[in-house]
Amino acid sequence: MTTHSPAPLRVGAAAGFSGDRTDAAAPLVRELIRLGGPAALIFETLAERTLALAQLARRADPAAGYEPLLDELLRPVLADCLAHGIPIVSNFGAANPTGAARRIAALAAELGLAAPRIAVVGGDDLMAPAYRAALREALGAGADADADNNEPAWVSANAYQGAEPIAQALRAGAQIVVCGRVADPALVLGPALAHFGWAPDDWDRLAGATMAGHLLECGAQVSGGYYADPGFKEVPGLASLGYPIAEIAADGSCVVTKPAGSGGRIDRHTVIEQLLYELHDPAAYLTPDVVADVSQARVDELGPDRVRLSGVRGHPRPERLKVNICHASGWLAEGEISYAGPRAEARARLAAQVLRERLAPQPLRVDLIGVASVLADDGGALLRQLPEPVLGGARDVRLRVALQHADKAVAERLTREVNALYTCGPAGGGGVRTALRQRLAMRDCLLPRAAAPTRFDFLQEPAP
Amino acid sequence: MSAVPLYRLAHGRSGDKGNRSNISVIAWKPEFWPLLVEQLTPQAVARQFAHRRPTQVERHLLPQLQAMNFVLDGVLDGGVNGALNLDAHGKSLSFWLLDMAIEVPPALQALLLPEPG
Repeated sequence: MTTHSPAPLRVGAAAGFSGDRTDAAAPLVRELIRLGGPAALIFETLAERTLALAQLARRADPAAGYEPLLDELLRPVLADCLAHGIPIVSNFGAANPTGAARRIAALAAELGLAAPRIAVVGGDDLMAPAYRAALREALGAGADADADNNEPAWVSANAYQGAEPIAQALRAGAQIVVCGRVADPALVLGPALAHFGWAPDDWDRLAGATMAGHLLECGAQVSGGYYADPGFKEVPGLASLGYPIAEIAADGSCVVTKPAGSGGRIDRHTVIEQLLYELHDPAAYLTPDVVADVSQARVDELGPDRVRLSGVRGHPRPERLKVNICHASGWLAEGEISYAGPRAEARARLAAQVLRERLAPQPLRVDLIGVASVLADDGGALLRQLPEPVLGGARDVRLRVALQHADKAVAERLTREVNALYTCGPAGGGGVRTALRQRLAMRDCLLPRAAAPTRFDFLQEPAP
Repeated sequence: MSAVPLYRLAHGRSGDKGNRSNISVIAWKPEFWPLLVEQLTPQAVARQFAHRRPTQVERHLLPQLQAMNFVLDGVLDGGVNGALNLDAHGKSLSFWLLDMAIEVPPALQALLLPEPG
């Protein structure tokens, strides 16, 4: 990559979360090669809780703790990206970026490729004892003092780092940049900074590329995924969605598009839905690199599956970094059983009443799937507002109950009681499923930047 | 005037951060925008979500996009960390909002998206 190049930079986003389709990258890379010009490929695979799970995996196996599907994601595209100068930037390092980098080096060797230059971005993981005092201070006299003091229950503590170390690594010649926790849009802003050579306080351009990153960070959610609503919002080829490409211009604006001939759709409406996704104040989208402001932004359709985002403004970056702290938080038990045919709803409601009595005084979440479930509340207010079922009500209902408790044994009782409905509950109940798992709770705080410096290192010195 | 569901005038998507849900509402046609601004007030949205006991509902308007963003505090029963809901993220909540009744004057009724089928 060269600096001060006026050519646009194309960034393809081949994953939007851990567990996304693993066949998305190959068509993107083929398109980036076909189009030519400067390009980068990103995988966003690190939701808030993914990192805590990765920490637990690393505790069990020191070589683990990075994206479990790393091989499946990279194997189809690694050779082509290296051959065509398309750097790969991802947070798939999760709780063990160095482990991920080692695995990529091994994968390259298995594929018979020359050793790639792999950079590892660090500084996000704040689990070391040295950070505890600063984190406790940042948490303050929080509402959860027990959790603060019960440090053995802490599973992960990570700062959201910004784009600068990614850009530095790319400028130093990295072909693959492996991150842990970085702000999702930084995966796009980093390559843009390296490519355009923007000043770190060029707020409007930084904000433009940050919002390009925001549009891309959920993968296909901008290109027709999570959008279809038959009869109202038609999306062709939902089973073969094209993942998005942002063409970032030197002024920080971008055009979002997707590989020619792929499924999905990109228009004003898909782009605006994703632009506002998980945004609060559109004039102040906080990232470690810039405060982005889309209150005056424009979204224009340039052609089929080509939409420009422009007019994004930027304000100086926040003084402090957001830190997520995850700790173990008791047990979640769930159980389900189905009732069908005449009076199914009445029988499901009776089963719920049996469980309430058996498990009292534990509060129980009750869903009548097919009547009221995900739209309802844990307190049961919506369910109580529903009219009493006439003639037995709905005819195909799945009862679902859930409770959480600090004590595993208490939670486990729910699973046994749901099972016992087979012989002790209302007539005709079938298809019991139960689950019991440990819960993780997440809190956040703001830490001064100086307390969590970031950096990058090459996995090994590049060959001279 | 006659009342129709919001989904015939607009679409939207919900997202979550902690115990806070945000729901976008995007007009299908510019002609609907004034109607949405007038009727989709924070108070009206708070009423629609009364069973979720919102502690605060904020509305952010983006007139140049004919879009608005609602931020609902306290509606996720603690969010992904604490809720017992199958959909602890509240991903489905956008469709609860899209089911709200909107009064549409006769002059605009021809512009409404038709009910399928």
